[in-house]
Amino acid sequence: MKKSVFKSVLGVAALAWTATVANAGTLDDVKAKGFLQCGVNTSLAGFSAPNDKGEWSGFDVDYCRAVAAAVFGDATKVKFTPLNAKERFTALQSGEIDLLVRNTTYTISRDTALGLDFAGINYYDGQGFMINAKKLSGINSALQLSGASICVQSGTTTELNLADYFKTNKMEYNPVVFEKLEEVNAAYDAGRCDAYTSDQSQLYAVRLSLANPDDHVVLPEIISKEPFGLGVRQGDSQWADVVRWTHFAMLNAEEFGITQANVEEMKNSANPEIKRLLGSEADTKIGTDLGLTNDWVVRIIKGVGNYGEVFERNLGASSPLKIARGLNAQWTKGGLQYGVPVR
Amino acid sequence: MANLDLTPRLGPDLNFVRKEMAAAERPPIGVGGLTHWLRTNLFATPTDAALSILAILALVWFLPPMFDWLFINAAWTGSDRTACITVAQGGLQPANWSGACWPFIHAKFEQFIYGRYPMEERWRVNLTAALFVLLLVPLLIPRAPYKKLNALLFFVAFPVVAFFLLVGGSLDLSYVETPLWGGLLVTLVLAFVGIVVSLPLGIILAMGRRSKLPVIKLLSVIFIETVRGVPLVTVLFMASVMLPLFLPPGTNFDKLLRALIGVALFETAYLAEVVRGGLQAIPKGQFEGADSLGLSYWQKMRLIILPQALKLVIPGIVNSFISLFKDTSLVYIIGMFDLLGIVRQNFSDTNWASPETPATGLIFAGFVFWIFCFGMSRYSIFMERRLDTSHK
Repeated sequence: MKKSVFKSVLGVAALAWTATVANAGTLDDVKAKGFLQCGVNTSLAGFSAPNDKGEWSGFDVDYCRAVAAAVFGDATKVKFTPLNAKERFTALQSGEIDLLVRNTTYTISRDTALGLDFAGINYYDGQGFMINAKKLSGINSALQLSGASICVQSGTTTELNLADYFKTNKMEYNPVVFEKLEEVNAAYDAGRCDAYTSDQSQLYAVRLSLANPDDHVVLPEIISKEPFGLGVRQGDSQWADVVRWTHFAMLNAEEFGITQANVEEMKNSANPEIKRLLGSEADTKIGTDLGLTNDWVVRIIKGVGNYGEVFERNLGASSPLKIARGLNAQWTKGGLQYGVPVR
Repeated sequence: MANLDLTPRLGPDLNFVRKEMAAAERPPIGVGGLTHWLRTNLFATPTDAALSILAILALVWFLPPMFDWLFINAAWTGSDRTACITVAQGGLQPANWSGACWPFIHAKFEQFIYGRYPMEERWRVNLTAALFVLLLVPLLIPRAPYKKLNALLFFVAFPVVAFFLLVGGSLDLSYVETPLWGGLLVTLVLAFVGIVVSLPLGIILAMGRRSKLPVIKLLSVIFIETVRGVPLVTVLFMASVMLPLFLPPGTNFDKLLRALIGVALFETAYLAEVVRGGLQAIPKGQFEGADSLGLSYWQKMRLIILPQALKLVIPGIVNSFISLFKDTSLVYIIGMFDLLGIVRQNFSDTNWASPETPATGLIFAGFVFWIFCFGMSRYSIFMERRLDTSHK
């Protein structure tokens, strides 16, 4: 009872907020401020982490830079607010940040009840299992894990998904729960549990810190859908459009083979679709209608590159993580990433 | 013992009294030297002997591998993770290698100290640190002169100068926003402000709680008991997550400032209770003596009571400071990065991901914390001895 009163007070407060902030016109605010305030994860391998110089780097971080590049033509005009899982939505609602790119799973309750909108899905993740194939030879499916002890981080949806999955499949398991990621890693590496469950992108990161990474395999089953959404405040469709089309522009650029290196040449391409995308078509109004300049896509690609480049740099083959494109491949290559036409 | 009765018995000519001292004999084995020390300290009783042997075995079992890991096997040079992973993992180290990954600390060292404070502005942090040391050291040495001026400079002028230096935004210094601060800088700022603010406030609250004026007493009790009844994590979390929802739109209340206020108030409540313990230990006669001399309340407190009370509670006060110093790590949960926070944040840098990175980072952070805490604790022991007027 007490809790629900408290919750509704919170809800009212949040609503009051969204009402006041939503009308503000984030795009104009951002332009007036001169920089984009972007919420990212406090630290998540491949998505947002500090490099040796102390600068932010990662897949989510590059998405923030892409939006900054689209608005300002300068990918460095962005300030990052590192957020933990509990703070992230308040930070967006209260106007502390303009954009939330923090491996946030897109769900209906978040979309409807929390006063935010999702402008796109930049990464399709899902929860999976990793096992030590040397120790547990012969296991090649999560359905064979009945009775296994499973390392999991506490207080995450991961823990709940795990419980659901074993219950649905009528299997027993023995959770080995830790608060901190390093503890889970250490416990798994020391052989305290048979399997490790987490988002697949994280399993690859964990594998990097194991003593013998080649002994460990990620099982094919994905037991939950974790599409990471680009979060904006509800009710500001202009700003949501800017973020949404930045994402689609990066996907389209990859599809047409426009890269950071060749974007200047591509402007003179004979292909009308490429000309339209890069704003070099005569009398184009695509960029200005969006509230940006007509060369907005050129700015994005010059700033961070196309979707494929951003992926490879932070998560894929050119990074230590070496995550396969999988679901995040272009729709033409069997993936789910589909750049809606720019025309 | 020989007969000590030295009176001559055989007549005046026959005298057996020695003219000079006999040469000292070696003390028997067992009352001095190494054997004695071992016997009294390690093998006094069978239980002691058993425990000593166990402890020595544990050390022999534990220390050499630790030393190996830290120094002998450790990787010392390198520019990315390959220095700290084995060939099987795609690195340079032989199979089954395990050792500290010092290049990680080397590459990230500046970040651990300054956080993301802009490179070209870091001299400001260094200058602040130099001022801090210059003012603090003479204050800590009892013989150094000009104590009053020194204290005034340290507790009043220094914070103001440090504020303008670190934050900037005036006097041709560019503005450095606090989200860029991090590492040891944040740890020290939080600890310093916490200590400097909480000590005077804590003393006042302790006096308030012992006051005869009901309103002051009630307010002090309410403050102390409320703050002490809530974990620091909750205070910080409320300040960072809930506060923005209730402030008018556009108000940007600095996160570091919120944390500073939270930490300072929290520490105040604890110190108030420590100081109250000291006040209660002062015999009634001291209060009555002061009263009979016609001293006012403040004179009585300043001249008679507090000097004695504070001396009694030095261990308690330093204990609170040490725990405050370590508690600063809790700002991690509100998305700020103190030393420990920034070390842990860097574990997710894929360029340095290796099985040895977290252990190395944590040992480094632990060592830095230990230096500061150990320093504080040794100084407090020194101060206790100096101020000891032997009531024992």
